Amino acid sequence: MTTIYAKCISRRGWLRWTLILSAAAAFPGRAWAAVARPKEAFSATALDEALAALGDAPQVHEGIQFMTPDIAENGAVVPIRIQVDSEVLPNVSKVSVLVEMNPNPLAASFDIPPGTEVYIETRVKVAQTCTLYAVAEADGQLYMQSRETKVTLGGCGG
Amino acid sequence: MKRHHLCVAQFAVWLCSAQLVADEGVFDQYRDLMGDENPAVFIVDEGEELWFMPGGPESTTLEACDLGLGPGITAGAYVRFPRYFADTDAVMDLESRLVYCMTTIQGRDLKTLTAKPYSQRGDFGTEIEALVTWLAAESEGATIAPEQTHAAERAMFNLGEEIFFYRAGPHDFSCATCHEQSGMRIRLQALPDLTSQSGASEAWGSWPAYRISQGLVRTMGWRLRDCFRQQRWPELQMGSEVSVALQTYMAVNAAGGTMAAPGLKR
Amino acid sequence: MAGRIRIRAQKKGDITEVKALMRHPMETGMRKDQAGDPIPAHFITEVSVFHGDQPVMQGHWGAAVSANPFLGVRFAGGKSGDIVRVVWTDNQGGTGEGDTTIR
Repeated sequence: MTTIYAKCISRRGWLRWTLILSAAAAFPGRAWAAVARPKEAFSATALDEALAALGDAPQVHEGIQFMTPDIAENGAVVPIRIQVDSEVLPNVSKVSVLVEMNPNPLAASFDIPPGTEVYIETRVKVAQTCTLYAVAEADGQLYMQSRETKVTLGGCGG
Repeated sequence: MKRHHLCVAQFAVWLCSAQLVADEGVFDQYRDLMGDENPAVFIVDEGEELWFMPGGPESTTLEACDLGLGPGITAGAYVRFPRYFADTDAVMDLESRLVYCMTTIQGRDLKTLTAKPYSQRGDFGTEIEALVTWLAAESEGATIAPEQTHAAERAMFNLGEEIFFYRAGPHDFSCATCHEQSGMRIRLQALPDLTSQSGASEAWGSWPAYRISQGLVRTMGWRLRDCFRQQRWPELQMGSEVSVALQTYMAVNAAGGTMAAPGLKR
Repeated sequence: MAGRIRIRAQKKGDITEVKALMRHPMETGMRKDQAGDPIPAHFITEVSVFHGDQPVMQGHWGAAVSANPFLGVRFAGGKSGDIVRVVWTDNQGGTGEGDTTIR
Protein backbone atom coordinates (compact mmCIF):
# COMPACT_ATOMS: atom_id res chain seq x y z
CA MET A 1 0.00 0.00 0.00
CA THR A 2 2.79 2.38 0.88
CA THR A 3 4.65 1.88 -2.37
CA ILE A 4 1.86 3.69 -4.15
CA TYR A 5 3.02 6.92 -2.59
CA ALA A 6 6.76 6.38 -2.71
CA LYS A 7 7.08 7.95 -6.12
CA CYS A 8 5.39 11.24 -5.45
CA ILE A 9 6.41 12.20 -1.95
CA SER A 10 9.63 12.84 -0.11
CA ARG A 11 11.44 10.28 2.03
CA ARG A 12 10.25 12.09 5.14
CA GLY A 13 6.70 12.15 3.79
CA TRP A 14 7.03 8.51 2.80
CA LEU A 15 7.90 7.58 6.37
CA ARG A 16 4.90 9.49 7.60
CA TRP A 17 2.67 7.69 5.14
CA THR A 18 4.07 4.33 6.13
CA LEU A 19 3.16 5.07 9.73
CA ILE A 20 -0.26 6.44 8.94
CA LEU A 21 -1.24 3.71 6.54
CA SER A 22 -0.01 0.91 8.76
CA ALA A 23 -2.02 2.47 11.56
CA ALA A 24 -5.05 2.53 9.30
CA ALA A 25 -4.46 -1.09 8.33
CA ALA A 26 -4.59 -2.05 12.00
CA PHE A 27 -8.33 -1.41 11.97
CA PRO A 28 -9.74 -4.04 9.63
CA GLY A 29 -13.31 -3.01 10.51
CA ARG A 30 -12.94 -0.06 8.18
CA ALA A 31 -9.97 -1.20 6.19
CA TRP A 32 -9.77 0.92 3.09
CA ALA A 33 -7.01 1.13 0.60
CA ALA A 34 -6.49 4.67 -0.61
CA VAL A 35 -6.17 4.71 -4.36
CA ALA A 36 -3.13 5.84 -6.34
CA ARG A 37 -2.88 9.29 -7.85
CA PRO A 38 -4.51 9.28 -11.31
CA LYS A 39 -1.33 10.57 -12.95
CA GLU A 40 -2.40 10.10 -16.52
CA ALA A 41 -5.63 12.02 -15.96
CA PHE A 42 -3.73 14.87 -14.28
CA SER A 43 -1.28 15.26 -17.14
CA ALA A 44 -4.03 15.25 -19.81
CA THR A 45 -4.29 18.59 -21.60
CA ALA A 46 -7.80 18.18 -23.03
CA LEU A 47 -11.07 17.43 -21.30
CA ASP A 48 -11.87 14.28 -23.31
CA GLU A 49 -8.41 12.92 -22.68
CA ALA A 50 -8.70 13.55 -18.92
CA LEU A 51 -12.16 11.96 -18.76
CA ALA A 52 -10.96 8.93 -20.75
CA ALA A 53 -8.09 8.49 -18.30
CA LEU A 54 -10.59 8.39 -15.42
CA GLY A 55 -12.76 5.64 -16.95
CA ASP A 56 -15.50 4.91 -19.46
CA ALA A 57 -17.65 7.76 -20.77
CA PRO A 58 -19.60 9.25 -17.86
CA GLN A 59 -23.41 9.42 -17.84
CA VAL A 60 -25.19 12.52 -16.57
CA HIS A 61 -26.72 11.73 -13.17
CA GLU A 62 -29.14 13.97 -11.30
CA GLY A 63 -28.01 12.50 -7.97
CA ILE A 64 -24.85 14.57 -8.16
CA GLN A 65 -25.41 18.04 -6.76
CA PHE A 66 -22.73 20.30 -8.16
CA MET A 67 -22.56 23.91 -7.03
CA THR A 68 -20.35 26.53 -8.63
CA PRO A 69 -20.96 30.28 -8.79
CA ASP A 70 -22.66 31.53 -11.99
CA ILE A 71 -20.11 34.33 -12.09
CA ALA A 72 -16.71 34.45 -10.44
CA GLU A 73 -15.08 37.86 -10.24
CA ASN A 74 -11.70 36.33 -10.76
CA GLY A 75 -10.77 32.86 -11.88
CA ALA A 76 -8.08 32.46 -9.23
CA VAL A 77 -10.57 31.32 -6.63
CA VAL A 78 -13.79 29.62 -7.66
CA PRO A 79 -15.54 27.88 -4.76
CA ILE A 80 -17.17 24.56 -5.61
CA ARG A 81 -19.28 22.03 -3.75
CA ILE A 82 -20.06 18.44 -4.76
CA GLN A 83 -22.64 16.41 -2.87
CA VAL A 84 -24.08 13.02 -3.76
CA ASP A 85 -27.15 11.57 -2.07
CA SER A 86 -26.21 7.94 -1.37
CA GLU A 87 -29.84 6.86 -1.72
CA VAL A 88 -30.01 8.18 -5.26
CA LEU A 89 -26.49 7.16 -6.29
CA PRO A 90 -24.94 4.61 -3.87
CA ASN A 91 -21.35 3.31 -3.57
CA VAL A 92 -19.55 6.40 -4.80
CA SER A 93 -15.85 5.84 -4.09
CA LYS A 94 -14.26 8.70 -6.02
CA VAL A 95 -15.17 12.23 -6.98
CA SER A 96 -13.23 14.41 -9.45
CA VAL A 97 -13.44 18.05 -10.50
CA LEU A 98 -12.55 19.06 -14.04
CA VAL A 99 -12.31 22.52 -15.57
CA GLU A 100 -12.84 22.35 -19.31
CA MET A 101 -10.52 25.18 -20.44
CA ASN A 102 -7.69 24.81 -17.92
CA PRO A 103 -4.25 23.76 -19.29
CA ASN A 104 -4.75 20.51 -17.36
CA PRO A 105 -8.52 20.04 -16.99
CA LEU A 106 -8.36 17.68 -13.97
CA ALA A 107 -8.11 19.94 -10.91
CA ALA A 108 -8.63 17.48 -8.08
CA SER A 109 -9.70 13.95 -7.37
CA PHE A 110 -10.92 12.58 -4.02
CA ASP A 111 -11.03 8.95 -2.89
CA ILE A 112 -13.83 8.42 -0.44
CA PRO A 113 -14.04 5.41 1.87
CA PRO A 114 -17.34 3.95 3.11
CA GLY A 115 -18.65 5.99 6.07
CA THR A 116 -17.59 9.31 4.60
CA GLU A 117 -20.34 11.44 3.13
CA VAL A 118 -19.90 12.14 -0.54
CA TYR A 119 -19.46 15.84 0.17
CA ILE A 120 -16.51 17.91 -0.97
CA GLU A 121 -15.97 21.63 -0.80
CA THR A 122 -12.87 23.27 -2.24
CA ARG A 123 -11.74 26.25 -4.33
CA VAL A 124 -10.21 25.94 -7.78
CA LYS A 125 -8.63 28.11 -10.45
CA VAL A 126 -10.62 28.58 -13.64
CA ALA A 127 -8.61 30.00 -16.54
CA GLN A 128 -11.60 31.42 -18.42
CA THR A 129 -15.37 31.15 -18.74
CA CYS A 130 -16.13 27.48 -19.33
CA THR A 131 -17.91 24.38 -18.09
CA LEU A 132 -16.89 22.66 -14.86
CA TYR A 133 -17.53 18.96 -14.39
CA ALA A 134 -18.10 16.89 -11.27
CA VAL A 135 -17.46 13.23 -11.99
CA ALA A 136 -18.38 10.50 -9.52
CA GLU A 137 -17.28 6.89 -9.76
CA ALA A 138 -19.62 4.22 -8.35
CA ASP A 139 -19.12 0.47 -8.87
CA GLY A 140 -16.63 1.16 -11.65
CA GLN A 141 -19.03 3.38 -13.62
CA LEU A 142 -18.61 7.14 -14.10
CA TYR A 143 -21.43 9.64 -13.61
CA MET A 144 -21.28 13.39 -14.01
CA GLN A 145 -22.91 16.74 -13.62
CA SER A 146 -21.73 19.99 -15.19
CA ARG A 147 -22.13 23.73 -14.70
CA GLU A 148 -20.92 26.79 -16.51
CA THR A 149 -19.06 29.48 -14.55
CA LYS A 150 -18.42 32.86 -16.12
CA VAL A 151 -15.11 34.40 -15.19
CA THR A 152 -15.01 38.19 -15.22
CA LEU A 153 -12.10 40.52 -14.69
CA GLY A 154 -12.01 42.30 -11.38
CA GLY A 155 -12.61 46.02 -11.18
CA CYS A 156 -10.63 48.11 -8.76
CA GLY A 157 -12.96 48.19 -5.78
CA GLY A 158 -13.40 46.23 -2.61
CA MET B 1 -8.03 68.84 -25.00
CA LYS B 2 -10.83 70.13 -22.78
CA ARG B 3 -13.35 68.24 -24.85
CA HIS B 4 -11.30 65.08 -24.53
CA HIS B 5 -11.22 65.44 -20.77
CA LEU B 6 -14.96 65.90 -20.66
CA CYS B 7 -15.45 62.66 -22.59
CA VAL B 8 -13.18 60.78 -20.26
CA ALA B 9 -15.01 62.14 -17.24
CA GLN B 10 -18.33 61.12 -18.77
CA PHE B 11 -16.90 57.71 -19.49
CA ALA B 12 -15.83 57.41 -15.85
CA VAL B 13 -19.30 58.27 -14.64
CA TRP B 14 -20.76 55.74 -17.02
CA LEU B 15 -18.24 53.14 -15.87
CA CYS B 16 -19.18 53.73 -12.26
CA SER B 17 -22.94 53.82 -12.78
CA ALA B 18 -23.64 51.40 -15.60
CA GLN B 19 -23.09 48.46 -13.36
CA LEU B 20 -26.00 49.36 -11.13
CA VAL B 21 -28.18 47.16 -13.28
CA ALA B 22 -26.04 44.09 -12.56
CA ASP B 23 -27.62 41.43 -10.36
CA GLU B 24 -26.62 41.83 -6.70
CA GLY B 25 -27.50 38.17 -6.12
CA VAL B 26 -24.58 36.98 -8.23
CA PHE B 27 -22.02 38.17 -5.73
CA ASP B 28 -24.04 36.83 -2.78
CA GLN B 29 -24.07 33.39 -4.40
CA TYR B 30 -20.28 33.49 -4.75
CA ARG B 31 -19.91 34.63 -1.13
CA ASP B 32 -22.22 31.85 0.12
CA LEU B 33 -20.08 29.24 -1.59
CA MET B 34 -16.88 30.84 -0.29
CA GLY B 35 -18.07 30.65 3.30
CA ASP B 36 -16.26 32.59 5.99
CA GLU B 37 -12.94 30.74 6.03
CA ASN B 38 -10.47 33.61 5.69
CA PRO B 39 -6.85 32.58 4.99
CA ALA B 40 -5.81 35.89 6.63
CA VAL B 41 -5.74 33.92 9.92
CA PHE B 42 -2.34 32.60 8.84
CA ILE B 43 -0.98 36.07 8.20
CA VAL B 44 -2.27 37.27 11.61
CA ASP B 45 -0.25 34.49 13.27
CA GLU B 46 2.81 35.29 11.19
CA GLY B 47 2.61 38.98 12.11
CA GLU B 48 2.43 38.17 15.80
CA GLU B 49 5.49 35.95 15.51
CA LEU B 50 7.41 38.66 13.67
CA TRP B 51 6.65 41.18 16.43
CA PHE B 52 8.16 38.90 19.09
CA MET B 53 11.00 37.57 16.94
CA PRO B 54 14.47 39.10 17.45
CA GLY B 55 15.59 40.67 14.19
CA GLY B 56 18.08 43.01 12.51
CA PRO B 57 21.70 43.76 13.50
CA GLU B 58 20.51 44.57 17.04
CA SER B 59 18.77 41.21 17.26
CA THR B 60 15.90 42.75 19.18
CA THR B 61 12.15 42.22 19.05
CA LEU B 62 9.71 44.99 18.24
CA GLU B 63 8.32 44.99 21.77
CA ALA B 64 9.94 48.36 22.51
CA CYS B 65 8.08 49.90 19.56
CA ASP B 66 5.67 52.66 20.61
CA LEU B 67 2.60 52.63 18.39
CA GLY B 68 1.19 55.61 20.24
CA LEU B 69 -0.20 53.92 23.33
CA GLY B 70 3.20 53.24 24.90
CA PRO B 71 6.04 50.81 24.07
CA GLY B 72 4.80 47.32 23.27
CA ILE B 73 1.09 48.15 23.52
CA THR B 74 -0.56 46.65 20.46
CA ALA B 75 -4.22 46.14 21.45
CA GLY B 76 -6.29 49.06 20.21
CA ALA B 77 -3.30 50.84 18.62
CA TYR B 78 -4.44 50.46 14.99
CA VAL B 79 -7.69 52.45 15.37
CA ARG B 80 -5.81 55.62 16.51
CA PHE B 81 -3.76 55.84 13.29
CA PRO B 82 -2.70 57.95 11.45
CA ARG B 83 -1.34 59.98 14.39
CA TYR B 84 1.35 62.47 15.38
CA PHE B 85 4.54 61.20 16.99
CA ALA B 86 6.75 63.66 18.87
CA ASP B 87 9.88 61.52 18.36
CA THR B 88 9.68 61.99 14.59
CA ASP B 89 7.70 65.23 14.68
CA ALA B 90 5.46 63.78 11.99
CA VAL B 91 2.00 62.33 11.41
CA MET B 92 2.60 58.67 10.57
CA ASP B 93 0.52 55.80 9.30
CA LEU B 94 1.03 52.36 10.81
CA GLU B 95 3.25 51.16 7.98
CA SER B 96 5.72 54.04 8.27
CA ARG B 97 5.67 53.74 12.08
CA LEU B 98 6.62 50.07 11.77
CA VAL B 99 9.45 50.94 9.39
CA TYR B 100 10.62 53.58 11.90
CA CYS B 101 10.65 50.99 14.72
CA MET B 102 12.41 48.39 12.59
CA THR B 103 15.18 50.84 11.67
CA THR B 104 15.63 52.50 15.10
CA ILE B 105 15.06 49.48 17.37
CA GLN B 106 16.27 46.58 15.25
CA GLY B 107 18.89 48.59 13.37
CA ARG B 108 17.61 47.49 10.00
CA ASP B 109 18.34 49.17 6.69
CA LEU B 110 15.67 51.65 5.59
CA LYS B 111 16.34 51.13 1.88
CA THR B 112 15.92 47.37 2.09
CA LEU B 113 12.74 47.67 4.13
CA THR B 114 11.07 50.15 1.81
CA ALA B 115 12.32 48.62 -1.45
CA LYS B 116 9.42 46.16 -1.48
CA PRO B 117 6.85 46.93 1.22
CA TYR B 118 4.07 45.12 -0.64
CA SER B 119 4.04 41.65 -2.18
CA GLN B 120 4.56 41.33 -5.89
CA ARG B 121 3.45 38.51 -8.14
CA GLY B 122 4.90 35.23 -6.90
CA ASP B 123 5.52 36.56 -3.37
CA PHE B 124 3.84 34.97 -0.41
CA GLY B 125 3.55 38.04 1.83
CA THR B 126 5.94 40.67 3.24
CA GLU B 127 6.91 41.39 6.84
CA ILE B 128 5.11 44.75 6.80
CA GLU B 129 1.93 43.13 5.48
CA ALA B 130 2.00 40.46 8.19
CA LEU B 131 2.69 42.94 11.02
CA VAL B 132 -0.05 45.32 9.85
CA THR B 133 -2.52 42.43 9.57
CA TRP B 134 -1.79 41.22 13.09
CA LEU B 135 -1.99 44.75 14.50
CA ALA B 136 -5.34 45.31 12.76
CA ALA B 137 -6.58 42.06 14.30
CA GLU B 138 -5.36 43.40 17.66
CA SER B 139 -7.96 46.18 17.19
CA GLU B 140 -10.78 43.94 15.96
CA GLY B 141 -14.08 45.20 17.34
CA ALA B 142 -12.54 48.48 18.52
CA THR B 143 -14.03 51.83 17.56
CA ILE B 144 -12.20 53.73 14.82
CA ALA B 145 -10.95 56.90 16.55
CA PRO B 146 -7.95 58.51 14.85
CA GLU B 147 -6.13 61.16 16.86
CA GLN B 148 -7.02 64.69 15.76
CA THR B 149 -5.73 66.69 18.73
CA HIS B 150 -2.40 67.86 17.34
CA ALA B 151 -2.42 70.68 14.80
CA ALA B 152 -0.33 68.54 12.44
CA GLU B 153 -3.02 65.84 12.52
CA ARG B 154 -5.74 68.32 11.59
CA ALA B 155 -3.54 69.77 8.86
CA MET B 156 -3.02 66.25 7.52
CA PHE B 157 -6.80 65.73 7.34
CA ASN B 158 -7.22 68.98 5.40
CA LEU B 159 -4.47 67.98 2.98
CA GLY B 160 -6.09 64.57 2.54
CA GLU B 161 -9.45 66.15 1.76
CA GLU B 162 -7.85 68.39 -0.83
CA ILE B 163 -6.09 65.46 -2.54
CA PHE B 164 -9.29 63.40 -2.46
CA PHE B 165 -11.07 65.93 -4.67
CA TYR B 166 -8.03 66.87 -6.80
CA ARG B 167 -8.41 65.91 -10.45
CA ALA B 168 -5.22 64.97 -12.26
CA GLY B 169 -3.53 62.53 -14.56
CA PRO B 170 -4.23 61.56 -18.19
CA HIS B 171 -7.84 60.58 -17.32
CA ASP B 172 -8.50 63.67 -15.21
CA PHE B 173 -9.63 61.46 -12.34
CA SER B 174 -9.90 62.29 -8.68
CA CYS B 175 -10.54 59.84 -5.85
CA ALA B 176 -13.97 61.49 -5.66
CA THR B 177 -14.78 60.51 -9.27
CA CYS B 178 -15.68 57.03 -8.05
CA HIS B 179 -15.91 57.51 -4.28
CA GLU B 180 -18.26 60.37 -3.47
CA GLN B 181 -21.57 58.72 -4.29
CA SER B 182 -23.17 55.59 -2.91
CA GLY B 183 -24.53 52.65 -4.88
CA MET B 184 -21.83 52.80 -7.58
CA ARG B 185 -19.81 49.88 -8.86
CA ILE B 186 -16.95 49.02 -11.16
CA ARG B 187 -17.88 45.71 -12.74
CA LEU B 188 -19.06 43.65 -9.75
CA GLN B 189 -17.23 45.63 -7.09
CA ALA B 190 -19.26 48.04 -5.02
CA LEU B 191 -17.58 51.42 -4.63
CA PRO B 192 -17.89 52.90 -1.15
CA ASP B 193 -18.79 56.57 -0.74
CA LEU B 194 -15.73 57.63 1.25
CA THR B 195 -17.18 61.05 2.02
CA SER B 196 -19.88 59.42 4.18
CA GLN B 197 -19.28 57.94 7.63
CA SER B 198 -20.90 54.62 6.73
CA GLY B 199 -18.95 54.20 3.49
CA ALA B 200 -15.65 55.30 4.98
CA SER B 201 -15.96 53.12 8.08
CA GLU B 202 -16.89 50.05 6.06
CA ALA B 203 -13.84 50.58 3.86
CA TRP B 204 -11.37 51.67 6.55
CA GLY B 205 -12.58 48.96 8.94
CA SER B 206 -12.24 46.09 6.47
CA TRP B 207 -8.60 46.62 5.44
CA PRO B 208 -6.09 45.02 5.62
CA ALA B 209 -7.89 42.29 3.72
CA TYR B 210 -7.16 38.94 2.16
CA ARG B 211 -7.45 39.46 -1.58
CA ILE B 212 -8.68 36.08 -2.75
CA SER B 213 -7.81 36.78 -6.38
CA GLN B 214 -4.17 37.37 -5.38
CA GLY B 215 -3.86 34.89 -2.51
CA LEU B 216 -2.36 37.68 -0.39
CA VAL B 217 -3.24 40.08 2.38
CA ARG B 218 -3.21 43.68 1.20
CA THR B 219 -2.97 46.76 3.42
CA MET B 220 -4.73 50.13 3.10
CA GLY B 221 -1.40 51.58 1.97
CA TRP B 222 -1.37 49.12 -0.92
CA ARG B 223 -5.07 49.77 -1.67
CA LEU B 224 -4.41 53.49 -2.07
CA ARG B 225 -1.31 52.86 -4.16
CA ASP B 226 -3.38 50.66 -6.48
CA CYS B 227 -6.05 53.39 -6.77
CA PHE B 228 -3.29 55.74 -7.91
CA ARG B 229 -2.14 53.19 -10.47
CA GLN B 230 -5.67 52.82 -11.79
CA GLN B 231 -6.01 56.59 -12.07
CA ARG B 232 -2.74 56.54 -14.03
CA TRP B 233 -1.18 58.75 -11.38
CA PRO B 234 2.50 58.53 -10.33
CA GLU B 235 3.30 55.66 -7.96
CA LEU B 236 2.17 56.38 -4.41
CA GLN B 237 5.07 55.83 -2.01
CA MET B 238 4.45 53.95 1.22
CA GLY B 239 4.41 56.35 4.18
CA SER B 240 4.58 59.45 1.95
CA GLU B 241 2.78 62.61 2.96
CA VAL B 242 0.17 62.05 0.24
CA SER B 243 -0.51 58.50 1.41
CA VAL B 244 -0.71 59.49 5.08
CA ALA B 245 -2.95 62.46 4.22
CA LEU B 246 -5.45 60.32 2.30
CA GLN B 247 -5.45 57.74 5.07
CA THR B 248 -6.09 60.48 7.63
CA TYR B 249 -9.01 61.80 5.55
CA MET B 250 -10.51 58.29 5.34
CA ALA B 251 -9.91 57.39 8.98
CA VAL B 252 -11.42 60.62 10.28
CA ASN B 253 -14.48 60.18 8.04
CA ALA B 254 -14.70 56.61 9.39
CA ALA B 255 -14.53 57.64 13.06
CA GLY B 256 -17.11 55.90 15.20
CA GLY B 257 -17.15 52.81 13.00
CA THR B 258 -15.89 49.39 14.04
CA MET B 259 -12.70 47.61 12.97
CA ALA B 260 -13.57 44.32 11.30
CA ALA B 261 -10.22 43.53 9.71
CA PRO B 262 -8.71 41.46 8.30
CA GLY B 263 -11.45 41.45 5.70
CA LEU B 264 -12.05 39.02 2.85
CA LYS B 265 -12.24 40.59 -0.61
CA ARG B 266 -12.75 39.34 -4.15
CA MET C 1 5.82 29.52 7.42
CA ALA C 2 4.22 27.24 4.89
CA GLY C 3 2.96 23.97 6.20
CA ARG C 4 0.37 25.27 8.60
CA ILE C 5 -3.18 24.01 8.66
CA ARG C 6 -6.24 25.48 10.35
CA ILE C 7 -8.93 22.91 11.01
CA ARG C 8 -12.42 23.12 12.43
CA ALA C 9 -14.39 19.93 13.10
CA GLN C 10 -17.95 20.33 14.25
CA LYS C 11 -20.54 17.70 15.03
CA LYS C 12 -23.92 18.26 13.41
CA GLY C 13 -26.24 15.39 14.31
CA ASP C 14 -24.61 12.16 13.13
CA ILE C 15 -22.28 13.98 10.81
CA THR C 16 -18.94 15.63 11.57
CA GLU C 17 -18.23 18.63 9.38
CA VAL C 18 -14.52 19.29 8.76
CA LYS C 19 -13.23 22.56 7.31
CA ALA C 20 -9.51 22.94 6.70
CA LEU C 21 -7.44 25.82 5.39
CA MET C 22 -3.85 25.16 4.34
CA ARG C 23 -1.03 27.68 4.01
CA HIS C 24 0.43 27.01 0.57
CA PRO C 25 1.17 29.13 -2.55
CA MET C 26 -0.16 26.51 -5.03
CA GLU C 27 2.02 27.85 -7.85
CA THR C 28 1.12 26.41 -11.24
CA GLY C 29 4.58 26.77 -12.77
CA MET C 30 3.05 28.82 -15.59
CA ARG C 31 3.40 32.27 -14.04
CA LYS C 32 6.27 34.70 -14.28
CA ASP C 33 7.43 37.00 -11.50
CA GLN C 34 7.76 40.80 -11.78
CA ALA C 35 11.22 40.41 -13.33
CA GLY C 36 9.87 38.04 -16.00
CA ASP C 37 11.45 34.90 -14.59
CA PRO C 38 9.28 31.80 -14.38
CA ILE C 39 7.97 30.93 -10.91
CA PRO C 40 8.54 27.19 -10.36
CA ALA C 41 5.54 24.90 -9.87
CA HIS C 42 4.87 24.38 -6.18
CA PHE C 43 1.61 22.74 -5.20
CA ILE C 44 0.10 20.19 -2.85
CA THR C 45 -0.29 16.86 -4.62
CA GLU C 46 -1.72 14.65 -1.86
CA VAL C 47 -3.97 15.61 1.05
CA SER C 48 -5.60 13.29 3.57
CA VAL C 49 -8.10 13.68 6.36
CA PHE C 50 -8.08 11.24 9.29
CA HIS C 51 -10.55 10.68 12.10
CA GLY C 52 -8.30 9.19 14.76
CA ASP C 53 -6.34 6.68 12.68
CA GLN C 54 -9.11 6.11 10.17
CA PRO C 55 -8.77 7.69 6.73
CA VAL C 56 -11.80 9.83 5.98
CA MET C 57 -10.71 11.10 2.59
CA GLN C 58 -7.69 10.95 0.31
CA GLY C 59 -7.38 13.84 -2.13
CA HIS C 60 -5.10 14.05 -5.15
CA TRP C 61 -4.60 17.65 -6.25
CA GLY C 62 -3.26 19.39 -9.30
CA ALA C 63 -1.92 22.94 -9.55
CA ALA C 64 -5.46 24.20 -10.29
CA VAL C 65 -6.48 24.10 -6.64
CA SER C 66 -6.42 27.73 -5.39
CA ALA C 67 -3.66 29.27 -3.26
CA ASN C 68 -4.04 28.75 0.50
CA PRO C 69 -6.38 25.86 -0.28
CA PHE C 70 -9.67 25.18 1.45
CA LEU C 71 -11.12 21.71 1.91
CA GLY C 72 -14.48 20.77 3.40
CA VAL C 73 -15.50 17.14 4.03
CA ARG C 74 -18.15 15.35 6.12
CA PHE C 75 -18.09 11.96 7.73
CA ALA C 76 -20.30 9.86 10.02
CA GLY C 77 -19.39 8.46 13.40
CA GLY C 78 -17.31 11.21 15.03
CA LYS C 79 -17.66 11.97 18.73
CA SER C 80 -16.94 15.21 20.59
CA GLY C 81 -13.28 15.21 21.64
CA ASP C 82 -12.14 12.84 18.87
CA ILE C 83 -9.09 13.95 16.93
CA VAL C 84 -9.32 14.97 13.28
CA ARG C 85 -6.05 15.31 11.40
CA VAL C 86 -5.13 16.72 7.99
CA VAL C 87 -1.82 15.83 6.31
CA TRP C 88 -0.43 16.98 2.97
CA THR C 89 2.64 16.58 0.80
CA ASP C 90 3.63 18.75 -2.15
CA ASN C 91 5.54 18.34 -5.42
CA GLN C 92 8.75 19.72 -3.86
CA GLY C 93 8.76 17.22 -1.01
CA GLY C 94 7.26 19.62 1.53
CA THR C 95 4.75 18.41 4.09
CA GLY C 96 2.15 19.95 6.34
CA GLU C 97 0.12 18.59 9.18
CA GLY C 98 -2.48 19.84 11.62
CA ASP C 99 -5.11 18.49 13.95
CA THR C 100 -8.07 19.52 16.06
CA THR C 101 -10.68 17.92 18.29
CA ILE C 102 -14.30 17.56 17.27
CA ARG C 103 -16.53 20.17 18.91
